[in-house]
Amino acid sequence: MTDRIWRLGFASRFMLMTLLYSGTALKRFQLTMREIYFTGVLSLIIILVSGLFVGMVLGLQGYDTLQRYGSSEALGILVALSLVRELGPVVAALLFASRAGSAITAEIGLMKATEQLSAMEMMAVNPIARVVAPRFWAGVISMPLLAALFSAMGVLGGYVVGVQLIGVDEGSFWSQMQAAVDFRQDILNGVIKSFVFGVIVSWIAVFEGYDADPTAEGVSRATTRTVVTSSLAILAADFVLTAFMFRGI
Amino acid sequence: MSPDPLVEIRDLNFAYDNRAILTGINMTIPRGKVVAIMGLSGCGKTTTLRLIGGQLRPTSGAVRVAGQVVHELDETGLYQLRRRMGMLFQFGALFTDMSVYDNVAFQMREHTDLPEELIHDLVLMKLHAVGLRGAHHLMPAELSGGMARRVALARAISLDPMLMMYDEPFAGLDPISLSIVGELIRKLNDALGISSIVVTHDVQESLKIVDYVYFVSAGKIVAEGTAEDIKHSREPFVHQFVWGEVDGPVNFHYPAQPYRQELHEQPARPSGWWS
Repeated sequence: MTDRIWRLGFASRFMLMTLLYSGTALKRFQLTMREIYFTGVLSLIIILVSGLFVGMVLGLQGYDTLQRYGSSEALGILVALSLVRELGPVVAALLFASRAGSAITAEIGLMKATEQLSAMEMMAVNPIARVVAPRFWAGVISMPLLAALFSAMGVLGGYVVGVQLIGVDEGSFWSQMQAAVDFRQDILNGVIKSFVFGVIVSWIAVFEGYDADPTAEGVSRATTRTVVTSSLAILAADFVLTAFMFRGI
Repeated sequence: MSPDPLVEIRDLNFAYDNRAILTGINMTIPRGKVVAIMGLSGCGKTTTLRLIGGQLRPTSGAVRVAGQVVHELDETGLYQLRRRMGMLFQFGALFTDMSVYDNVAFQMREHTDLPEELIHDLVLMKLHAVGLRGAHHLMPAELSGGMARRVALARAISLDPMLMMYDEPFAGLDPISLSIVGELIRKLNDALGISSIVVTHDVQESLKIVDYVYFVSAGKIVAEGTAEDIKHSREPFVHQFVWGEVDGPVNFHYPAQPYRQELHEQPARPSGWWS
């Protein structure tokens, strides 16, 4: 138990150091851009395809429930709100943790195991500034964008299934969605969620990589821990954030 | 010995988790010389390098590099000092996501404002010095062990350091690469007017190129002298080490209970549930 508390303290200090040494990552933004390509752009396929399918399932399930109450034209609202408020940020973050978070951990862990971080230190270059911070910021920047794309694809999936396949009225699908989704209440809160998840996943991923035992087994364990810990943290944080954002509605 | 040594280690002690790694180490690295630190694997040689580079803090005692006590420097001071040190890691530690060219250019881009044209020329010069100008476009994964070591050497000298440290530069190399690396260490030292510390357990190769040798065993210096002194040393450990004898002060067997007792009296325990 003391070990865990000690480790949490270490992780917090590590986060502080990462923020403190973020100057390089932001000033030489091409370093962060490169990482955005690896974490964000290369995650696009899995995010877009998953978003489409999640939206299609929402279309089917939503229609099945709504038509019992004779309000199947509200399908647009159901699809859009579930995606923008919950499924977009949460599922995109879970996918991001397993696709990009694990890759960041494995990369930093292996750099440590092969003494690349040590070599960098001996070359008077701070590895937190040069390796950790760009990856952290790339994750934080990519996450809201990926979540937004996930939701957009999901709405498209819901449209394809609901309107094109099942035959819900196209006009009411879009107009009800437009009328019911509030920018501040729904979209902005969704963006805030995905930003928080971005911080959580990126923080856990870079920390686990940096703290990994420099062996094959150590890196494998760290990678697993990144996916498990960030998934749990995302779901727990989602509950807390939701409780604050949507109370009384 | 010159009156103003580049590196001076005085009464250095280092312990890790209450386990003493180095005790009472005194060493002097004069300017312009190649000094070897020899000893068995795990005797604290690499730890000594890390203490000189400021990656570890001594438990007591001090390391002075160019007159500065390393562990008393703040981060800026330490990084300033490290810019004037080069270190070759055991397996090169090349950045695997960058080409050979970018690896060598790394420090120039990080620490200087040189225009890219000049960096281009400098990188090719450094690579030419280690004989790998033609390999500048390769990725580290495409290099052999010896080539990777040479690229790492070119990277380490990219900012013309005053001190070069080599961590096991001969480990795992074929005979040709071994001679190449050995000769490079000596030539670079003399051509660039730097000082070098070579941590190694390769006696035959290193005795050819070094000026002075420190022998470390179990965290203590047990012998020192020139290559000739070491070859003719009567110190039992050094003799065993230099001539590669199987038995001597260093036993073939890891400490264990008496053989008979362990075979007959100890019941065999499975090492895990699957066995």
